[in-house]
Amino acid sequence: MEKSIRGKAFVIGNNIDTDQIIPAEHLVYNPSDPEERKMFGRYALCGVPPADSGLPEGNIPFVRENEYRSDYQIVIGGKNFGCGSSREHAPLAMAEAGARVVIAEFFARIFFRNCINGGYLIPYETPESLMEKVATGDDVEVDLEGNRLVNHTRGTETALTPLGEVLPILEAGNVFEYARKAGMLE
Amino acid sequence: MGMTITEKILAEHAGKERVDPGENIWVDVDILMTHDVCGPGTIGIFEREFGKDANVWNRDRVVIIPDHYIFTANEQAHRNIEILRSFVKKHGLKYYYDPDFLQSEGMPSPYADPTRTSYKGVCHIALPEEGHTRPGEILLGTDSHTCTAGAFGQFATGIGNTDAGFVLGTGKTWLKVPPTMRFVFEGELPPYMMAKDMILAIIGDIGVDGGTYRAMHFDGDGVHRLTMEDRMTLCNMVIEAGGKNGVVEADELTRQYVQERTARAGTPQNMRFHKNDPDAQFIFEKVYNLDKLEPMVAKPHSPDNKATVSEVKGTKLTRAYIGSCTGGKISDFVAAAQLLKGEEVRIPTFVVPASTEVDAALDTEKLDGKSLREVFRDAGAIIGPASCAACLGGPADTLGRLNSPEEVCISATNRNFPGRMGNKQAQVYLASPLTVAASAIRGVITDPRELVGSFV
Ligand code: SF4
Repeated sequence: MEKSIRGKAFVIGNNIDTDQIIPAEHLVYNPSDPEERKMFGRYALCGVPPADSGLPEGNIPFVRENEYRSDYQIVIGGKNFGCGSSREHAPLAMAEAGARVVIAEFFARIFFRNCINGGYLIPYETPESLMEKVATGDDVEVDLEGNRLVNHTRGTETALTPLGEVLPILEAGNVFEYARKAGMLE
Repeated sequence: MGMTITEKILAEHAGKERVDPGENIWVDVDILMTHDVCGPGTIGIFEREFGKDANVWNRDRVVIIPDHYIFTANEQAHRNIEILRSFVKKHGLKYYYDPDFLQSEGMPSPYADPTRTSYKGVCHIALPEEGHTRPGEILLGTDSHTCTAGAFGQFATGIGNTDAGFVLGTGKTWLKVPPTMRFVFEGELPPYMMAKDMILAIIGDIGVDGGTYRAMHFDGDGVHRLTMEDRMTLCNMVIEAGGKNGVVEADELTRQYVQERTARAGTPQNMRFHKNDPDAQFIFEKVYNLDKLEPMVAKPHSPDNKATVSEVKGTKLTRAYIGSCTGGKISDFVAAAQLLKGEEVRIPTFVVPASTEVDAALDTEKLDGKSLREVFRDAGAIIGPASCAACLGGPADTLGRLNSPEEVCISATNRNFPGRMGNKQAQVYLASPLTVAASAIRGVITDPRELVGSFV
């Protein structure tokens, strides 16, 4: 894993559920097909109601219409990020659009697990809300060694909760690579 | 220190004497379930990691139940069924429930007779009906409502495609042992209330994240008096509180249900009954008195946006929906029919049985000599074939989908986050099938107690 990831921040609110991350009508695509997989990037976070998309101002789409990649690499949410369904299409869609890290006060369990085991996104929790500290479009950097978020636009720094026991899986790449390294899979 | 039911099941499947909350363990899985939305991705990951020629870990322990996008003309949805079919054939999987009426193109015309199709409908209802739920087992499924099966005294939870691909190849997964929350219900459910009201009350109290990383145990005489179907409703919505699994201690009723279903389906009949130890530790405990509970709703746009029905009564509606793994079981329709009998609905009202077995029961269950299907038809409801249908919106041509931002729907389903049933501005109120039926009759949110005389 690299030591830090720098990019533009995209801020959304509490309880962003999987239907907002990738609405069910788009689940017909097969993620195992490389062409169809791109469609998930196109629709990533398109179910977030416009007023709540790209805070504090809102009305900023994560991915512009008819595009497949987002301008934002670091997604910042509030509480209970990724609640709702077990669809792995959710972290996959964000990753397809180009997101690398998702930061929230805390995550819903299955979404968190999918991020890690599938190796899609680095899910960081924060001891305090970042909603007031980062605005959509800020130039931010996630320091993976120091477990902090540096906001270059505002010149501020915030602590992130260390990844702890899931770090080895993220470092391995996904749960399969992790299990191979641990000698559990041939 | 004693262990809870969840801890005991996990310890047994990890080959350990005991486990403690917070511990990460590897467990052996008994049943893996997937469906048409997550099956193709799971299969892709399995083949990528284990090779195209690899065998699944156990062909009798993988259950594939297409249910989500069946009645749609969407091409990719049809293609996904084909992927499942060829995987099942290649691996000789024993338990697969094919929508055998599906043509390759266009909107499929539904099965003509629900008793004569291999198709079963919504996975969480088909699993117990087809004899795949057993006390003491671990069931994992690529669907968050897999927690429904906790009603049978087992550990059941939802997983993603990667985890499912791993299980498909190895029969194993890693799990963090959850601490257990205990919800005790005392007394008896009044006739105008349903298990749905109980779970909406809990979610309203603890919030959509109140059960995150936790097991939720439903206990007390009020729970053990419930039918298996009502216990399923409780466990089904555990995920709406963020819970990892729901559990009801298996009792004589569970044994009877499982014995009957497994015998009919020819599936294994082994059961392990567990109890909480007297000194088991709970991270949270709350006691509810059923006599004091009232009919509940969850207002838009969150399952924990709780109100009593009487607080929101009179709210104008454009639609009513009774269906899904939460509210589309036969007991749900029996309840709704009590109110709809001899009445007419004022707003478009959708009746979607969860499974083909429930669909067939709409003809065999009678109320004063009329079948439930007749009751619903005479009331002016639209009856659809068994499927997930509009519960999760789905492709635009899905029956009952909320396609306009102006829709205000009262629904017996489980989730009302923005866009869940279609349009992201549409408003969804979650309620019991009784409250949905009462509201359909009046066209505004209505407390079922107002239709007195309906309860005998
Ligand atoms: S009925 Fe609804 S909640 Fe149940 S499995 Fe289908 S989509 Fe999910």
